[in-house]
Amino acid sequence: MNWQEFFAMGGYAFYVWMSYGITVIVMLVIVVMPIVQRKQFLRQQLLRLKRQEKI
Amino acid sequence: MFLIPKPVGKFFHRMASPPHFYDFTSRLIPWLSWIFLFLVVAGLYGGLVLAPADYQQGDSFRIMYIHVPSAWMSMFVYVMMAVAGGIGLVWRLKLAEIVAISSASVGAGFTFIALVTGSLWGKPMWGTWWVWDARLTSELILLFLYLGVIGLYGAIDDKRTASRAVAILALVGVVNIPIIHYSVVWWNTLHQGPIISDELRPTVHISMLWPLLVMAGAFKIYYVIAMLQRARAELVVRERNSQWVKALLESK
Repeated sequence: MNWQEFFAMGGYAFYVWMSYGITVIVMLVIVVMPIVQRKQFLRQQLLRLKRQEKI
Repeated sequence: MFLIPKPVGKFFHRMASPPHFYDFTSRLIPWLSWIFLFLVVAGLYGGLVLAPADYQQGDSFRIMYIHVPSAWMSMFVYVMMAVAGGIGLVWRLKLAEIVAISSASVGAGFTFIALVTGSLWGKPMWGTWWVWDARLTSELILLFLYLGVIGLYGAIDDKRTASRAVAILALVGVVNIPIIHYSVVWWNTLHQGPIISDELRPTVHISMLWPLLVMAGAFKIYYVIAMLQRARAELVVRERNSQWVKALLESK
Protein backbone atom coordinates (compact mmCIF):
# COMPACT_ATOMS: atom_id res chain seq x y z
CA MET A 1 0.00 0.00 0.00
CA ASN A 2 1.40 3.45 -0.85
CA TRP A 3 0.78 6.76 0.89
CA GLN A 4 -1.60 8.09 -1.72
CA GLU A 5 -3.80 5.04 -1.37
CA PHE A 6 -3.65 5.36 2.40
CA PHE A 7 -4.77 9.00 2.39
CA ALA A 8 -7.52 8.31 -0.15
CA MET A 9 -9.23 5.90 2.31
CA GLY A 10 -11.01 4.13 -0.53
CA GLY A 11 -12.84 7.34 -1.48
CA TYR A 12 -13.88 8.19 2.09
CA ALA A 13 -10.91 10.48 2.78
CA PHE A 14 -13.04 13.52 3.69
CA TYR A 15 -15.20 11.68 6.23
CA VAL A 16 -12.38 9.68 7.80
CA TRP A 17 -9.81 12.50 8.10
CA MET A 18 -12.41 15.05 9.20
CA SER A 19 -13.41 12.68 12.01
CA TYR A 20 -9.83 12.10 13.12
CA GLY A 21 -8.92 15.78 12.76
CA ILE A 22 -11.83 17.05 14.85
CA THR A 23 -11.16 14.39 17.49
CA VAL A 24 -7.49 15.41 17.81
CA ILE A 25 -8.38 19.12 18.10
CA VAL A 26 -11.11 18.59 20.72
CA MET A 27 -8.97 16.24 22.82
CA LEU A 28 -5.97 18.58 22.66
CA VAL A 29 -7.99 21.64 23.67
CA ILE A 30 -9.59 19.83 26.60
CA VAL A 31 -6.29 18.64 28.05
CA VAL A 32 -4.23 21.80 27.37
CA MET A 33 -6.77 24.40 28.55
CA PRO A 34 -6.65 23.49 32.27
CA ILE A 35 -2.82 23.38 32.20
CA VAL A 36 -2.67 26.92 30.77
CA GLN A 37 -5.33 28.16 33.20
CA ARG A 38 -3.57 26.67 36.23
CA LYS A 39 -0.19 28.16 35.27
CA GLN A 40 -1.79 31.54 34.58
CA PHE A 41 -3.58 31.49 37.92
CA LEU A 42 -0.44 30.54 39.83
CA ARG A 43 1.51 33.31 38.08
CA GLN A 44 -1.17 35.87 39.05
CA GLN A 45 -1.14 34.67 42.64
CA LEU A 46 2.62 34.91 42.75
CA LEU A 47 2.50 38.53 41.53
CA ARG A 48 -0.15 39.34 44.13
CA LEU A 49 1.97 37.75 46.84
CA LYS A 50 5.02 39.80 45.81
CA ARG A 51 3.00 43.02 45.73
CA GLN A 52 1.73 42.34 49.26
CA GLU A 53 5.25 41.76 50.50
CA LYS A 54 6.37 45.17 49.11
CA ILE A 55 3.56 46.93 50.98
CA MET B 1 -15.54 -0.03 55.34
CA PHE B 2 -14.61 -3.58 56.35
CA LEU B 3 -14.88 -4.76 52.72
CA ILE B 4 -12.11 -2.45 51.50
CA PRO B 5 -8.51 -3.71 51.94
CA LYS B 6 -6.51 -1.52 54.30
CA PRO B 7 -3.87 -0.25 51.81
CA VAL B 8 -6.62 0.79 49.38
CA GLY B 9 -8.50 2.63 52.09
CA LYS B 10 -5.29 4.32 53.16
CA PHE B 11 -4.57 5.38 49.57
CA PHE B 12 -7.97 7.02 49.14
CA HIS B 13 -7.68 8.64 52.53
CA ARG B 14 -4.37 10.23 51.53
CA MET B 15 -5.70 11.23 48.09
CA ALA B 16 -8.50 13.17 49.79
CA SER B 17 -5.87 15.59 51.09
CA PRO B 18 -5.45 18.40 48.50
CA PRO B 19 -1.64 18.89 48.74
CA HIS B 20 -1.05 15.16 48.53
CA PHE B 21 -3.42 14.88 45.56
CA TYR B 22 -1.66 17.76 43.80
CA ASP B 23 1.78 16.29 44.38
CA PHE B 24 0.81 12.71 43.53
CA THR B 25 -0.96 13.62 40.28
CA SER B 26 1.98 15.72 39.11
CA ARG B 27 4.10 12.58 39.31
CA LEU B 28 1.38 10.25 37.96
CA ILE B 29 0.46 12.19 34.81
CA PRO B 30 3.79 11.72 32.94
CA TRP B 31 3.52 7.94 33.38
CA LEU B 32 -0.08 7.94 32.17
CA SER B 33 0.91 10.09 29.19
CA TRP B 34 3.48 7.53 28.07
CA ILE B 35 0.97 4.69 28.38
CA PHE B 36 -1.57 6.75 26.43
CA LEU B 37 0.94 7.49 23.68
CA PHE B 38 1.89 3.83 23.36
CA LEU B 39 -1.74 2.70 23.19
CA VAL B 40 -2.82 5.38 20.73
CA VAL B 41 0.06 4.66 18.33
CA ALA B 42 -0.61 0.92 18.46
CA GLY B 43 -4.38 1.37 18.14
CA LEU B 44 -4.16 3.79 15.22
CA TYR B 45 -1.63 1.63 13.40
CA GLY B 46 -3.87 -1.40 13.86
CA GLY B 47 -7.03 0.46 12.94
CA LEU B 48 -5.88 2.63 10.07
CA VAL B 49 -3.20 0.42 8.50
CA LEU B 50 -3.39 -3.24 9.53
CA ALA B 51 -7.16 -3.83 9.67
CA PRO B 52 -8.62 -4.74 6.27
CA ALA B 53 -11.33 -2.56 4.72
CA ASP B 54 -14.86 -3.62 5.65
CA TYR B 55 -16.61 -5.68 2.98
CA GLN B 56 -19.76 -3.55 3.26
CA GLN B 57 -18.53 -0.14 4.40
CA GLY B 58 -15.10 0.04 2.77
CA ASP B 59 -12.63 2.30 4.57
CA SER B 60 -15.35 4.47 6.13
CA PHE B 61 -15.64 1.94 8.97
CA ARG B 62 -12.28 3.21 10.28
CA ILE B 63 -14.21 6.08 11.88
CA MET B 64 -15.34 3.37 14.33
CA TYR B 65 -11.95 3.47 16.08
CA ILE B 66 -12.70 6.90 17.49
CA HIS B 67 -16.49 6.94 17.32
CA VAL B 68 -17.13 3.83 19.42
CA PRO B 69 -14.53 4.51 22.17
CA SER B 70 -15.68 8.11 22.56
CA ALA B 71 -19.33 7.01 22.71
CA TRP B 72 -18.45 4.42 25.38
CA MET B 73 -16.47 7.02 27.30
CA SER B 74 -19.27 9.59 27.06
CA MET B 75 -21.40 7.21 29.16
CA PHE B 76 -18.60 5.94 31.41
CA VAL B 77 -17.50 9.47 32.32
CA TYR B 78 -21.09 10.45 33.09
CA VAL B 79 -21.40 7.58 35.57
CA MET B 80 -18.03 8.52 37.12
CA MET B 81 -19.23 12.12 37.44
CA ALA B 82 -22.49 11.08 39.09
CA VAL B 83 -20.74 8.66 41.48
CA ALA B 84 -18.11 11.23 42.46
CA GLY B 85 -20.87 13.83 42.85
CA GLY B 86 -22.84 11.44 45.06
CA ILE B 87 -19.79 10.77 47.24
CA GLY B 88 -19.23 14.52 47.54
CA LEU B 89 -22.86 15.00 48.46
CA VAL B 90 -22.87 12.36 51.20
CA TRP B 91 -19.39 12.68 52.71
CA ARG B 92 -18.66 16.31 51.81
CA LEU B 93 -15.31 15.35 50.34
CA LYS B 94 -13.85 18.33 48.54
CA LEU B 95 -11.83 16.16 46.18
CA ALA B 96 -14.86 14.08 45.18
CA GLU B 97 -16.64 17.31 44.28
CA ILE B 98 -13.66 18.39 42.20
CA VAL B 99 -13.40 15.03 40.42
CA ALA B 100 -17.11 15.29 39.58
CA ILE B 101 -16.97 18.74 38.01
CA SER B 102 -13.63 17.99 36.34
CA SER B 103 -15.19 14.99 34.62
CA ALA B 104 -17.91 17.15 33.07
CA SER B 105 -15.79 18.97 30.48
CA VAL B 106 -13.99 15.76 29.46
CA GLY B 107 -17.31 13.91 29.15
CA ALA B 108 -18.81 16.75 27.11
CA GLY B 109 -15.80 16.50 24.79
CA PHE B 110 -16.27 12.75 24.32
CA THR B 111 -20.00 13.23 23.68
CA PHE B 112 -19.30 15.96 21.13
CA ILE B 113 -16.74 13.72 19.38
CA ALA B 114 -19.17 10.78 19.34
CA LEU B 115 -21.90 12.96 17.78
CA VAL B 116 -19.66 14.62 15.17
CA THR B 117 -17.85 11.44 14.09
CA GLY B 118 -21.19 9.62 14.01
CA SER B 119 -22.53 12.31 11.73
CA LEU B 120 -19.46 12.08 9.49
CA TRP B 121 -19.91 8.30 9.36
CA GLY B 122 -23.67 8.50 8.84
CA LYS B 123 -23.47 10.75 5.79
CA PRO B 124 -21.71 8.25 3.49
CA MET B 125 -23.38 5.15 5.00
CA TRP B 126 -26.96 6.27 5.68
CA GLY B 127 -27.11 9.18 3.27
CA THR B 128 -27.84 11.68 6.03
CA TRP B 129 -25.87 13.67 8.62
CA TRP B 130 -28.54 13.33 11.27
CA VAL B 131 -31.79 11.52 12.12
CA TRP B 132 -33.95 12.10 15.18
CA ASP B 133 -33.89 8.49 16.27
CA ALA B 134 -33.53 7.13 19.80
CA ARG B 135 -29.76 6.56 19.89
CA LEU B 136 -28.79 9.89 18.37
CA THR B 137 -31.35 11.90 20.32
CA SER B 138 -30.48 10.35 23.70
CA GLU B 139 -26.76 11.01 23.03
CA LEU B 140 -27.59 14.64 22.21
CA ILE B 141 -29.49 14.88 25.51
CA LEU B 142 -26.33 13.58 27.20
CA LEU B 143 -24.38 16.49 25.70
CA PHE B 144 -26.99 18.93 27.05
CA LEU B 145 -26.77 17.28 30.48
CA TYR B 146 -23.00 17.81 30.51
CA LEU B 147 -23.39 21.40 29.36
CA GLY B 148 -26.08 21.90 32.00
CA VAL B 149 -23.71 20.64 34.69
CA ILE B 150 -20.91 22.94 33.50
CA GLY B 151 -23.27 25.92 33.22
CA LEU B 152 -24.84 25.35 36.62
CA TYR B 153 -21.44 25.05 38.28
CA GLY B 154 -20.32 28.31 36.69
CA ALA B 155 -23.51 30.13 37.66
CA ILE B 156 -23.15 29.60 41.43
CA ASP B 157 -20.36 31.56 43.08
CA ASP B 158 -19.95 29.49 46.21
CA LYS B 159 -18.25 26.37 44.85
CA ARG B 160 -19.34 24.12 47.72
CA THR B 161 -22.98 24.97 47.00
CA ALA B 162 -22.36 24.73 43.25
CA SER B 163 -20.93 21.22 43.70
CA ARG B 164 -24.00 20.06 45.61
CA ALA B 165 -26.35 21.43 42.95
CA VAL B 166 -24.30 19.85 40.18
CA ALA B 167 -24.21 16.47 41.94
CA ILE B 168 -28.00 16.39 42.17
CA LEU B 169 -28.38 17.30 38.49
CA ALA B 170 -25.81 14.64 37.53
CA LEU B 171 -27.54 11.97 39.62
CA VAL B 172 -30.96 12.74 38.12
CA GLY B 173 -29.48 12.57 34.62
CA VAL B 174 -28.22 9.02 35.18
CA VAL B 175 -31.59 7.72 33.89
CA ASN B 176 -30.42 8.73 30.43
CA ILE B 177 -27.51 6.24 30.47
CA PRO B 178 -29.50 2.97 30.19
CA ILE B 179 -31.74 4.71 27.66
CA ILE B 180 -28.72 5.42 25.44
CA HIS B 181 -27.37 1.91 25.87
CA TYR B 182 -30.61 0.08 25.10
CA SER B 183 -31.97 2.59 22.56
CA VAL B 184 -30.87 0.44 19.62
CA VAL B 185 -32.64 -2.57 21.13
CA TRP B 186 -35.85 -0.92 22.32
CA TRP B 187 -36.58 1.19 19.25
CA ASN B 188 -36.22 0.75 15.52
CA THR B 189 -33.28 2.81 14.46
CA LEU B 190 -30.82 3.43 11.66
CA HIS B 191 -28.00 3.00 14.15
CA GLN B 192 -26.53 -0.49 14.11
CA GLY B 193 -26.93 -2.76 17.12
CA PRO B 194 -24.25 -3.70 19.60
CA ILE B 195 -21.36 -5.64 18.09
CA ILE B 196 -19.26 -6.23 21.19
CA SER B 197 -21.63 -6.91 24.08
CA ASP B 198 -23.92 -9.22 22.06
CA GLU B 199 -22.34 -12.62 22.72
CA LEU B 200 -24.72 -14.40 20.32
CA ARG B 201 -23.24 -12.59 17.35
CA PRO B 202 -19.47 -12.26 17.49
CA THR B 203 -19.56 -10.30 14.24
CA VAL B 204 -16.26 -8.47 14.39
CA HIS B 205 -13.13 -10.19 13.15
CA ILE B 206 -10.19 -10.16 15.56
CA SER B 207 -8.02 -8.05 13.22
CA MET B 208 -10.68 -5.32 13.36
CA LEU B 209 -11.49 -5.85 17.02
CA TRP B 210 -8.13 -5.55 18.78
CA PRO B 211 -7.41 -1.98 17.58
CA LEU B 212 -10.86 -0.98 18.86
CA LEU B 213 -10.15 -2.37 22.31
CA VAL B 214 -6.70 -0.75 22.38
CA MET B 215 -8.24 2.60 21.39
CA ALA B 216 -10.84 2.18 24.12
CA GLY B 217 -7.97 1.70 26.60
CA ALA B 218 -6.21 4.79 25.23
CA PHE B 219 -9.36 6.90 25.60
CA LYS B 220 -9.82 5.72 29.17
CA ILE B 221 -6.26 6.75 30.06
CA TYR B 222 -6.88 10.08 28.29
CA TYR B 223 -9.93 10.64 30.48
CA VAL B 224 -7.86 10.16 33.63
CA ILE B 225 -5.16 12.55 32.39
CA ALA B 226 -7.57 15.27 31.23
CA MET B 227 -9.76 14.97 34.33
CA LEU B 228 -6.73 15.20 36.64
CA GLN B 229 -5.41 18.26 34.79
CA ARG B 230 -8.79 19.96 35.17
CA ALA B 231 -8.90 18.91 38.84
CA ARG B 232 -5.45 20.40 39.50
CA ALA B 233 -6.51 23.70 37.96
CA GLU B 234 -9.73 23.68 39.97
CA LEU B 235 -7.90 22.73 43.17
CA VAL B 236 -5.41 25.63 43.19
CA VAL B 237 -8.23 28.13 42.61
CA ARG B 238 -10.39 26.71 45.41
CA GLU B 239 -7.45 26.39 47.79
CA ARG B 240 -5.75 29.69 46.91
CA ASN B 241 -5.76 30.91 50.51
CA SER B 242 -4.47 27.68 52.01
CA GLN B 243 -0.98 27.15 53.40
CA TRP B 244 0.04 24.54 50.84
CA VAL B 245 -0.75 26.74 47.81
CA LYS B 246 1.22 29.58 49.43
CA ALA B 247 4.11 27.18 50.01
CA LEU B 248 3.81 26.08 46.38
CA LEU B 249 4.05 29.70 45.22
CA GLU B 250 7.00 30.43 47.48
CA SER B 251 8.89 27.43 46.16
CA LYS B 252 8.77 28.95 42.67
